[in-house]
Amino acid sequence: MSAREEILARVRAALANVDDSVAPEEVPVPAGRPAGDDLVDRFLERVADYRAVVKTCTARGLAKAVRDALPEGARVVVPARLGIDVPGAVVDDGLTAADLDACDAVVTAARIGIAETGTIVLDHGDDQGRRAISLVPDLHVCVVRRDQVVADVPDAVALLDPARPLTWISGPSATSDIELDRVEGVHGPRTLHVLLVR
Amino acid sequence: MNTPRRSPLRSERRGDPEKTSGTFVGMPAFPEAASEALLDPQLRHNLSHATGTIRAKRSNVVAELPEWEDLRLAGAAVKDATLRSLDTHLLRLEEQLTANGATVHWARDAAEACAIVAEVARSHGADEVVKVKSMATQEIGLNEALEAEGIAAWETDLAELIVQLGDDLPSHILVPAIHRNRAEIREIFRTRMAAAGRPAPDDLTDDPAALAGAARAHLREKFLRAKVAVSGANFAVAETGTLVVVESEGNGRMCLTLPEVLVSVVGIEKVLPTWASLDPMLRLLPRSSTGERMNPYTSTWSGVTPGDGPREVHVVLLDNGRTNALADQVGRQALRCIRCSACLNVCPVYERTGGHAYGSVYPGPIGAILNPLLKGVGNDPQTDSLPYASSLCGACFEVCPVRIDIPEVLVHLRSQVVDAHRGDRRPSGESLAMKGAAYTFSDARRLERAEKASSLAGRVLERFGRTRLPGGRAAAGRLPGPGAAWTGARDLPAPPRESFRAWWRRTSGGTSGGRSGGTP
Repeated sequence: MSAREEILARVRAALANVDDSVAPEEVPVPAGRPAGDDLVDRFLERVADYRAVVKTCTARGLAKAVRDALPEGARVVVPARLGIDVPGAVVDDGLTAADLDACDAVVTAARIGIAETGTIVLDHGDDQGRRAISLVPDLHVCVVRRDQVVADVPDAVALLDPARPLTWISGPSATSDIELDRVEGVHGPRTLHVLLVR
Repeated sequence: MNTPRRSPLRSERRGDPEKTSGTFVGMPAFPEAASEALLDPQLRHNLSHATGTIRAKRSNVVAELPEWEDLRLAGAAVKDATLRSLDTHLLRLEEQLTANGATVHWARDAAEACAIVAEVARSHGADEVVKVKSMATQEIGLNEALEAEGIAAWETDLAELIVQLGDDLPSHILVPAIHRNRAEIREIFRTRMAAAGRPAPDDLTDDPAALAGAARAHLREKFLRAKVAVSGANFAVAETGTLVVVESEGNGRMCLTLPEVLVSVVGIEKVLPTWASLDPMLRLLPRSSTGERMNPYTSTWSGVTPGDGPREVHVVLLDNGRTNALADQVGRQALRCIRCSACLNVCPVYERTGGHAYGSVYPGPIGAILNPLLKGVGNDPQTDSLPYASSLCGACFEVCPVRIDIPEVLVHLRSQVVDAHRGDRRPSGESLAMKGAAYTFSDARRLERAEKASSLAGRVLERFGRTRLPGGRAAAGRLPGPGAAWTGARDLPAPPRESFRAWWRRTSGGTSGGRSGGTP
């Protein structure tokens, strides 16, 4: 018997005493936090709680806000269709990991922001780029539009497409491995700069 | 201190200490290991500081959610419903993963799973792999198995790195180096990093940020060059063929994204039925685990994505005793576990002994039930000792995000351990005592004689005993012979000087006065 057949047979034998005629009790999953008037403010406050840099700007002021977020002379990589003019930025066309390691910063859009948990979700569409570009550089400037912010985790799960790779980001890279104290800055970007377009 | 402190428990290993951690093989049973651990004041200080910190963080973020108890019910129900038809969900998962371009393997046990991973690495000519922290790969001893094949397995989680460099053993599910403080970690990095790759900077301090920075620099070169990565998964969604890894540092993202080949070892109980069922889990896990509203990074991937991440994706579905646990009607709830480690952090036993005393990669209350369920009882004294490593206070059940009734399973497993040893050629002291009690209690005259003997012992102790309980009642401090083990950590109250039946006779059922001859 193959391992597959044997494991499935063991599972079935283990469940032989389960009475299939009795359906398991339906337990509703509680709803998340409602959106409310303070949705965007709550999002910004919770992102800031993770010690991310949080700024807001207007659609017209976006390009300048992005430039202001980048240190002078920084080597910047951007996804193919960011839609924001970043002077001097390298457009990712399949850069190697070593190339990305030589970049100081990356600018991406996002798919969703979650207010309750201060989370940004990337689904790595054309304005966000493949997963590696928002991971290897040390500074991640992430642009979130006001209408992308949802209230809570259930809203996000319902909107996201699991067929795409997803990266949920809540603050900069961090660890609690030393005496269970949170320290920002391990392998992912040590600085997360969130720009909310009002 | 000049050398990293080693746990007095771990056996010295030969071979290349820079590459692998020790193993739990040959660990003593819990009571012995626990008494040794309790002699280490530094360990107790580190543990009490760390668990105290995490308990406070958890209770703050859990208190933010008024729906928390309903979420726990929902989380438990999702896992229970999935386990009820696990075969169906596993087949669905396999079908979806395959459709998404992943290769699915099945592994009956640890050896089979390790062989699959080694074969994948070998087929790509890799002599090293980078690893995301994963309980499943620790459980199967993957690092040691790969080392035997000449493949170096680099742990990339900070705590796992500390354990690996220190040639140490993990002592916590979430923070395997919880038993180390910052000064010890600095010492390990300074003395051991150079042999494994990029050395620690000369001016390394014990500031946690500086230590994290040293780990970042040390591992970056490994991330950039690795061809093969190995991960586990926190969840595997059957409906969509999606794996989920929940992490903090970004080492997970590095491993899941940069190498060309990714192998994920996933316990068969990790399956979730639908994409939507991920929602309660992602609300329960981070708050229970690190005490955060959300962990820094969660990655999900469904097989291969052209132009993004690994070009070859393997998933190893692992049994290794899980079907044993599933067959146990009381114990199967342990398979709901999402490895948050909240039960460790609240456990009064864990807080004092630490994780090594449990002799397994799964320590604490969940380890005390999971190990016997996976391995079976009656085969090994170490495993059989674990269901007793608890005061049954119930704190673990209170905090469990998927409501595993750990005390219930502990008591159930204790009865299994007793049953498994009924036919032993050398009966235990406990079973002899129980047999003696049954003999005495089954006959009124025998009971009366025993009562007389016991009241005599009571009088002697009242007069000559030196140990007094709070309130003044005499007690036996430490009994000789077979009672020594029991009284080693407990006081045995002196028996009453008069039995109930004797008192009843003397006072005509309490009507003719007379002071009680029992406790003053």
